[in-house]
Amino acid sequence: MAAVPAALEKSGQPGGPALSAAGLRARTDWLPHVVIWAGILFTAFPLYLIFVASTLTPMEIAQAPMPLVPGSELVANYSQALFTGSTGRYLSPPVTQMLVNSLIMALVITFGKILVSVISAYAVVFFQFPLRMFFFWMIFITLMLPVEVRILPTYKVVSDLGMLNTYAGLTIPLIASATATLLFRQLFLTIPDELVEAAKIDGAGPMRFFRDVVLPLSRTNIAALFVILFIFGWNQYLWPLLMTTSQSMDTIVIGIKKMIGTGDALTDWHIVMATTMLAMLPPVVVVVLMQRAFVRGLVEPEK
Amino acid sequence: MAEVKLTGIHKAFGDVRVIHGVDCEIADGEFVVILGPSGCGKSTLLRIVAGLEAATAGEVHIGGRCVNDVEPKDRNIAMVFQNYALYPHMNVYDNMSYGLRIRGLPTQDIEARVKKVAGILELDELLVRRPRELSGGQRQRVAMGRAIVREPQVFLFDEPLSNLDAKLRVQMRGELQALHRRLGTTSLFVTHDQVEAMTLAQRMIVMNAGRAEQIGAPLEVYARPATTFVAGFIGSPPMNLIPRDGKLLGIRPEHLEPCAASDAMLTIDVDLIEPLGADIIVYGHEGKPGGDGSSARIAARLPADAQAHAGKLPVRYAPANVHWYDPQSGKRINA
Repeated sequence: MAAVPAALEKSGQPGGPALSAAGLRARTDWLPHVVIWAGILFTAFPLYLIFVASTLTPMEIAQAPMPLVPGSELVANYSQALFTGSTGRYLSPPVTQMLVNSLIMALVITFGKILVSVISAYAVVFFQFPLRMFFFWMIFITLMLPVEVRILPTYKVVSDLGMLNTYAGLTIPLIASATATLLFRQLFLTIPDELVEAAKIDGAGPMRFFRDVVLPLSRTNIAALFVILFIFGWNQYLWPLLMTTSQSMDTIVIGIKKMIGTGDALTDWHIVMATTMLAMLPPVVVVVLMQRAFVRGLVEPEK
Repeated sequence: MAEVKLTGIHKAFGDVRVIHGVDCEIADGEFVVILGPSGCGKSTLLRIVAGLEAATAGEVHIGGRCVNDVEPKDRNIAMVFQNYALYPHMNVYDNMSYGLRIRGLPTQDIEARVKKVAGILELDELLVRRPRELSGGQRQRVAMGRAIVREPQVFLFDEPLSNLDAKLRVQMRGELQALHRRLGTTSLFVTHDQVEAMTLAQRMIVMNAGRAEQIGAPLEVYARPATTFVAGFIGSPPMNLIPRDGKLLGIRPEHLEPCAASDAMLTIDVDLIEPLGADIIVYGHEGKPGGDGSSARIAARLPADAQAHAGKLPVRYAPANVHWYDPQSGKRINA
């Protein structure tokens, strides 16, 4: 890395060997590649370790240098994780059940957030009503209060409503979303007034305009948000940890946490690793499937 | 089809008053252009007719019915916007048929109407395209098509040609005229371009600072401007206004004719010459004996073969071509 600044310095010296632009390019071309590959290896190696561990027996994992090539227990470990669960110190529910819980939570949060924010942004942008800006700022201010800050009052409310250990309690407090509302507001502000007026003259009422014009114009943004929010919902940790006590409500992220024993308790590391692999799968699938729409939504709003 | 009648239209946005009482009647099938500089309230007036703005005072009648409290969609109007306002995610067919679909027309009727209008406007090939795949002129045509398929009683045009390049504008101007001859629908057309106004209008309303300064046929307005504003706004270059005996003498540049110094009724101290090919326009201050340079600026349109040069240019004019104005009120004096 130090070679490049040194070369530049040299070319700056009077009488020193001239450094052509092409030469400079050739010298620096490999640099981004090295950085990118270093980054990829750095991120991928732990993932590879998890995968290898999920194919070994508990004994093999416990060896001083853990083997770095996959073992023979792939099918056995994954089927135990999926259909039986951890059988060590902690008897976990089967992972399929936790996957279903996580999926329900992530999807309800995602669709709920999109629905609530697209409607509230529509109201704030296109309608004149008393205290409109007040409501907008109220939404905006909640951005400054992350879940962690309001978690105790929220817990109190949810528990008073008898929603502990329910899907409603798990998802509703996470649905209200200032960020997505702001995003849609910014998008709606780019819709020209004339379009609204043309629709008025065409006879489209507010609901019709929303359905026929606003929603189709937000399609790519909704797709991008879907990806982001699905991962956000899937990875929820603190809130489900607090609010679910029954095993049947465990999400997969919480399940992994509970499988890992504390102190001298035994941990089924091979099952934990298989569960971890399974936990990563759905977000990856969502990203891969929606990649094109996602990128388009970020770079090219349809106007 | 219907006549449009505006009585005592006032409009204020908060404390800012933009229209101070406009009255006018537009006959059934007439093509009327509202002409004025930017900020004169012409677009606001059109939007009041459309129902997109509510008048602070006054009444709008369309087809004999007071429409002050009628929603835009029920006024039986169609509007063409300056930036076209096409729905970006719909193809041309859907753009044109959207209003009809909302009104619940049977699909075959919608298709027949759209096909017919697309034929008139030569849009047949473009029906499946999205707006962003169209050129400016094609988008303009689609916007007009969307207005036409509704078969409204009144067309409202809000500077529809000003986003087109000069050549296309001339072409669309011609098409608009032909279209109006064909459909005969009452039309209100807002523009700041006097050439558009002169060529399209059967009658025009010249607006200034929220008032209708003059309403009349284009040539009549040109020949007898009612105020100094109209005199100074219409015509290129506009009418010369020269102070004389406490009044303003108005004379069009083309009515000034070079002559011998002994016959001169005016002398121009020419300092700018613009040869346009068909004619030459010279500009200068009125050259009075002992003039201090602060005297009125005068333009004269000379024939192309005139020998124009800087310096004194004696000119004369026929008394019949002279207009007189009151310098205080700006109103026309002579009969």
